[in-house]
Amino acid sequence: MRALTWHGKHDVRVDTHPDPEIINPRDAIIEVTSTAICGSDLHLYDGVIPGLLSGDILGHEFMGRVVEVGPKSTLKKGQRVVVPFTISCGQCFFCQKQQFSACDNSNPAEKQDMTETLYGHAVGGLFGYSHLTGGYPGGQAEYVRVPYSDVGPIIIPDGLDDDQVLFLSDILPTGWMGAANCDIEPGDTVAVWGCGPVGLFAIQSALLMGAGKVIAIDEYPNRLALARRLGAEVIDFKRTHVLEALMEMSGGLGPDAVIDAVGMESHGFAPDTVMDNIKQTIGMGADSAHALREAILAVRKGGRVSIPGVYGGFLDKFPLGAMMEKGLQIRTGQTHVQKYHEELLRRIGEGEIDTTFLISHRLPLEDAARGYKNFRYNQNEWTKVILKPGTEVTA
Amino acid sequence: MTNREHMSGHDDRQALWLTLGIGVLAGVVGYSVFQATGRNHVAHRPEDDAPARSTRRGGPARAVTGRTVTIAKPRAELYAFWRDAANLPRFMSSVGSATTTGDVTQWQLKGPAGMPLTLETRIIEHRDGELLVWRSTPDSQIEAAGRVTFRDAPAGRGTEVEAQIAYVPPLGEAGRLVAKLFQSDPSIQGRRELKRFKMLMETGEIATSRNQKS
Ligand SMILES: NC(=O)c1ccc[n+]([C@@H]2O[C@H](COP(=O)([O-])OP(=O)(O)OC[C@H]3O[C@@H](n4cnc5c(N)ncnc54)[C@H](O)[C@@H]3O)[C@@H](O)[C@H]2O)c1
Ligand SMILES: [Zn+2]
Ligand SMILES: [Zn+2]
Repeated sequence: MRALTWHGKHDVRVDTHPDPEIINPRDAIIEVTSTAICGSDLHLYDGVIPGLLSGDILGHEFMGRVVEVGPKSTLKKGQRVVVPFTISCGQCFFCQKQQFSACDNSNPAEKQDMTETLYGHAVGGLFGYSHLTGGYPGGQAEYVRVPYSDVGPIIIPDGLDDDQVLFLSDILPTGWMGAANCDIEPGDTVAVWGCGPVGLFAIQSALLMGAGKVIAIDEYPNRLALARRLGAEVIDFKRTHVLEALMEMSGGLGPDAVIDAVGMESHGFAPDTVMDNIKQTIGMGADSAHALREAILAVRKGGRVSIPGVYGGFLDKFPLGAMMEKGLQIRTGQTHVQKYHEELLRRIGEGEIDTTFLISHRLPLEDAARGYKNFRYNQNEWTKVILKPGTEVTA
Repeated sequence: MTNREHMSGHDDRQALWLTLGIGVLAGVVGYSVFQATGRNHVAHRPEDDAPARSTRRGGPARAVTGRTVTIAKPRAELYAFWRDAANLPRFMSSVGSATTTGDVTQWQLKGPAGMPLTLETRIIEHRDGELLVWRSTPDSQIEAAGRVTFRDAPAGRGTEVEAQIAYVPPLGEAGRLVAKLFQSDPSIQGRRELKRFKMLMETGEIATSRNQKS
């Protein structure tokens, strides 16, 4: 089969790999019909997440048709399913608590040592996301082996097309959980850093959850325009002093809740960003976190900080004092996708959530490398890329 | 043979085995660790409630290893599965096969770099649903002892399974280093095998990211 393969920093190519086989009884094989490039893939592309090996297949946001099932799978051949990027067994302590991304069983035992040392506990398995999270071959491929297929994939009813439901796999529940983690009270002001796909879904979710005002921060006019279309007020951080503006736009109180939908490769001109980037480049494992620092300073006293943005290592100059002295609450994590599936599918079906407005490009899988490059370097125009296996490249 | 007779036997393994008794071990390795700062200095540290194997390093290297996992299954079910030695190779990747005759089990192990080793063990104590203790017989190629306990976990979380192994590395200290290099050190193996046991019992399978059968 053909699959987008990581060869090193900024070097991804579509290569030929053997087709996946059923290994465990609960497995299913999915023929991918749509798969997306996620902001998290950019961290891999940029080589700032450890534990990738040359030859690894990337991709964790995908859907398709069931083509083969193991004896314990409950799926049927031909069914259309969206596959959560988090691999979860459904039976361990964490899955039973609906903390699916913390699944204790999905990361193979021999891969757990790394995060047990790095993070104190082994993390759960994820598709296409480094060997720290299991080294599972990813979804930017023609076929994917999906473990625990009796509990993970969500079956898509006829009448909803791929574009409408694909993001149930990752960024929609991620934006949703990002907003849910803000414990929004009616009328709250919520500030969102980053108007990428995750930020955009967080904005939409926060408004649905009753926020009175959502303020979105980014530098790209097109992305800010999408945020505005959803009903947010926007701040261009290249033009405006973010902290001052947020205070003024929230009556001098500060936002009640803040969402970091940027993650570990935050841009900024401040000295902290420069130092972060130097350390990241020379492999000191330091994350770049300008947006997060700014969010912690901006949020009101006693406010809530939600961090869907991904971090992998350590952070310098973390404003711990501000966090403690202002009495903040912080919530974060890889998304517990399966927890939100049903509700979000229903809201899509009822036309309450728009999932297609952000799609800027649809490319054949064969053209995936071009998709990565542009999603990385032309963020203004390239807001979300969907890859289609089996379609022809047109010049 | 009763447990008492066995425990009072005179061989080198005796001392090692005794250290597995939780209370005893705490006393033996209860050496003081001094605070680096020198301020608020505590000369003698009373025993705490942690298992002795989690004592800070710095004392003599111990060939005792152990680990606890919580498994969301009833005690009796886990015990019964573990009690049947034929089940063990399903989650112990370093065990090629295990055959039992009476109380004695013959293990074919994959040692460092695939080096074959045999271990012969005898169950010396067991309490249904609670405890299994075994040790190697005098004929065994490897000297080792192990103890697996099954306790009800709090708040209906299932069962806490604790496995402890005490062993004499086949080639002494050097053998242990080699084993570690090849990741067949019992503490690494033991940890992974306990996790695989948990996977198998909770999910019916053992997680792998392989995409091909072979
Ligand atoms: N928690 C999860 O499970 C999960 C799931 C998916 C994605 N993510 C993470 O969410 C983050 C965003 O993902 P995405 O797909 O939207 O990525 P993206 O790269 O498309 O978007 C990031 C946006 O942040 C903006 N940005 C950069 N620096 C900023 C700053 N200082 N202030 C304000 N905005 C700034 C960029 O201009 C860009 O528009 C990534 O870190 C990704 O890894 C997390
Ligand atoms: Zn993602
Ligand atoms: Zn689980």
